[in-house]
Amino acid sequence: MLHIVNKSPLERPALTACLRIAEPGTILLIEDGVYAAARGAAGETPLREAMTRHKVCVLLPDAEARAIGDRLIDGVTTVDYGGFVDLVAENRNCQSWL
Amino acid sequence: MSEGTAKKFMFVNRSAPYGTVYALESLEVVLISAAFDQDVSLVFVEDGVWQLKKGQQTKGIETKNFSPTYRALEGYDVEKLYVEQESLAARGLTEDDLIVDVTVLSSADLGKLMGEQDVVLSF
Repeated sequence: MLHIVNKSPLERPALTACLRIAEPGTILLIEDGVYAAARGAAGETPLREAMTRHKVCVLLPDAEARAIGDRLIDGVTTVDYGGFVDLVAENRNCQSWL
Repeated sequence: MSEGTAKKFMFVNRSAPYGTVYALESLEVVLISAAFDQDVSLVFVEDGVWQLKKGQQTKGIETKNFSPTYRALEGYDVEKLYVEQESLAARGLTEDDLIVDVTVLSSADLGKLMGEQDVVLSF
């Protein structure tokens, strides 16, 4: 299953709830959700823990727009818009933690 | 629509009832789905659990109290209501505080149920 998170982890608990509930699968961070993947930020520890169970992807255009494209946590997978579409297509279902 | 073509729809409610319109909109879409004989589940997590809190009195905010509608869902064959235990506990609530009978699930069980759905809609 694909889980999409678009909120900063410091602003809203969307990622926290997602990580608590989601079965092992794929998590895609988009929009302000990408801040969770910034090295050294508060989201790093929970995200690293999540990466032991999930594949974690970041929408690169959103990360680059926020100037964190070059400081993403090692091990996250970056995707472009085409990759975003592929993730939606290859997963059975999808939950957007808006 | 025959039972063979019914899809499993899950509505994930994550917002408190009156601060935004999400809860009310979710309820309307749930009723529409039920009218099409789909297999509908409602989930209440995070502040969404406040939607089911007993004793809502909305006269003072001049807004319709739609919480009685959750009791009416049974009449539309919407009987699968799930609440996440962690979300209840974090808000000082127990099952007794809720206006309808629900199934309380652990986060893990809820995640499993979510994975089994054909369509997941988030409100």
